[in-house]
Amino acid sequence: MARRDEPVTEALPRRVALTGGAALVLLLALTLGSVAVVALRAERAGALGPADWRALSFTLRQAFWSAALSTAFAIPLARALARRRFPGRAALTTLLGAPFLLPSIIAILGVIAVWGRSGWVSEALMAAGLARLNVYGMPGVLIAHVFFNLPLATRLMLQAYAAVPPERWRIAAQLGVEGRALFRLLEWPAIRAAAPGAFALVFSICATSFAIALALGGGPRATTLEVAIYEAAAVSFDLDRAARLAAVQFAVCAAAALAALALAAPPAAGFGVRLCVERWDGRGRAARAADALALALAILFLALPLAGVAARGVAGLGALTGAAGAAVWAAAGRSLAVALGSTLLTALLALPLAALVAALDRRPFAARLAEAGALTPLAASPFVIGVALFVVLRPVADPAALALPLTALVNAAMATPFAVRILAPAIRDAEADHGRLADSLGLSGWTRTRAVHVGRLRAPLGFALGLAAALSAGDLGVIALFSRPDAPTLPLLMHLLAGSRNVDAAFGAAFVLTGLAFALFLGFDRLGRGR
Amino acid sequence: MIAVEGLRVRAGGFLLEADVVVPAGALCAVIGPSGAGKSTLLAAVAGFAPVEAGRVSAAGRDLAGLAPAERPVTLLFQENNLFPHLTVARNVGLGLRPSLSLTRPERARVDAALAETGLEGLGERLPEQLSGGQRQRAALARALLRDRPALLLDEPFAALGPGLRAEMMALVERLTAPRGIAVLMVTHHPDEARRADLAAFCALTAQGGRIDGARPAAALFADPPAGLAAYLGDAGGDLAPR
Repeated sequence: MARRDEPVTEALPRRVALTGGAALVLLLALTLGSVAVVALRAERAGALGPADWRALSFTLRQAFWSAALSTAFAIPLARALARRRFPGRAALTTLLGAPFLLPSIIAILGVIAVWGRSGWVSEALMAAGLARLNVYGMPGVLIAHVFFNLPLATRLMLQAYAAVPPERWRIAAQLGVEGRALFRLLEWPAIRAAAPGAFALVFSICATSFAIALALGGGPRATTLEVAIYEAAAVSFDLDRAARLAAVQFAVCAAAALAALALAAPPAAGFGVRLCVERWDGRGRAARAADALALALAILFLALPLAGVAARGVAGLGALTGAAGAAVWAAAGRSLAVALGSTLLTALLALPLAALVAALDRRPFAARLAEAGALTPLAASPFVIGVALFVVLRPVADPAALALPLTALVNAAMATPFAVRILAPAIRDAEADHGRLADSLGLSGWTRTRAVHVGRLRAPLGFALGLAAALSAGDLGVIALFSRPDAPTLPLLMHLLAGSRNVDAAFGAAFVLTGLAFALFLGFDRLGRGR
Repeated sequence: MIAVEGLRVRAGGFLLEADVVVPAGALCAVIGPSGAGKSTLLAAVAGFAPVEAGRVSAAGRDLAGLAPAERPVTLLFQENNLFPHLTVARNVGLGLRPSLSLTRPERARVDAALAETGLEGLGERLPEQLSGGQRQRAALARALLRDRPALLLDEPFAALGPGLRAEMMALVERLTAPRGIAVLMVTHHPDEARRADLAAFCALTAQGGRIDGARPAAALFADPPAGLAAYLGDAGGDLAPR
């Protein structure tokens, strides 16, 4: 690595400073500005009531148990995946990345198809002469959260396994270190390094759970803060209470996000974990049985809900005729528009921000400050921003008329931290490799950008925008706050259908939504790779 | 003795073919361009690479089908030979038994091995508190306790400076020759290969790499085959054995 031996005090390029500064101000207005709006409004609203405390308590308890269970189950699963070679293993590790893109409403339908009152498990229990299952409330929320976050925690632990130098596995194999001794020697240190980060990350994700808690929670005893905010703002039109709850939500989120950031990389970072290390341990019968059990249970737990959605979705496609069909396709069109708009906004926010963070490389404090600004959406939940926009816009405009653009904006703000985290290192690397060459050739402006950055940024940009598009297309969050029931996006329509008598149409729409989200991700990702 | 006869190892599209014999107590250096399969040879002997054809034996024992831990072989890498959160003494003790509890006589043997490799009194340190050379000494101490008739070294001193490298080479010779341990060492430093008893050239081929037997190092460098001469470049002529 070339090391800069003389202190260089190059001025920040004006273009980077202006565009990056503008993006930062806009993002901070959305996040910290929202918090300020919410806090001012909450001051009028008085102290927390008993229902508020219940929501806070449920939020913390379900987030804790979701994180604890996801992290605990990830240990045997990661262990088995790290030391076994079997056909389909590569496909399975790739699949572990899928829940990040999977719209939460799909997982909700999957959990209902398997664990619901008329789901497969209930049918089996009935056949055995037992009572049907009722998972609504804490159990349903935990099942859905573990479904989403077990793969994430497992990926983080596989990363830790991959960080062990390959020589160490060989040395251990040569020394005959096996089983429990090998676990203590190599595996536990790796797991211990990854587990707190995985726990904190899952906790912070589940602390802002909305769709899952809304659909699978049960009544006032199983309501998260996000759901309570939604009910206060959109159902009972009590903006004071919504602001009060949003202030509490921000405190919870900011603390959890800070802990997660301190302990772990954001979830998108661990997308492609490659484990090439061959292992020589675990040939014994007990170890093989333990791994087979862990893999089989994990595959069943993760694949059954997907199979359930697929099975009922095929049946449900028939229900997409007439009025229901027209509504689904219209909603799909709205979702596509929101996703594309949100992707564009993400690019407009994230590219200048990433360029700013990378350009401040030589001023570490300023760079860290800019990066912290780019990460503020992780601390402000979508509903905190949503409530603030509601409060600010209501005197001057009808938020419902702006539902789609506002949703795209909030989605873009939420996707920006991931995009910046993906883009900034790529810009920094390109600059380190060819920045000086470009300067010595006297390149500047767009020519310089083209020579140094464009080729190097294509792939990470495609990946980041693919994530942003898929997340936005599948998002069931602030849209519920703003939208009138007559112009829903596809996830919101599915939620409405699932709660109505037309459950089949909801499952049919699941096909359309899954296809839309993955097509958007793959489309942008391919575009970036030039295929 | 290490005997590699008609060995063929395939990894992806790469094919290594090798014939090498190292008598007991001798040190054989394998030199050649990177990517020719030098490390693959060691991996095959240690049981980490699947052998397609040929015979590998150590101390007269055919190694086919033996797990890495069952082979009469110790392999050392350029780095990461020690487990970072275990003390040096515990790392070395793993050479006696693959658990972390040692009896008092065993602890005495660990101390003796540490003394023999010049690490007296450093047993309670963590690997990160040692220098690069000291870490390799600790790995050698563990190899001594394992007491296997074959020692495989994969560029063990490449990260060290020239003076330290010569010192470590001398240490390896002092530790292995009297015990009759056959040493197979991969290196890209001609000076290391020159002072070995035997040297073998690992040549690039169209399909991968090939090793055509070992010769006395002095003889090989006095009359290098075309591939080795090209690999050594100008240095080959000037640095002939003094």
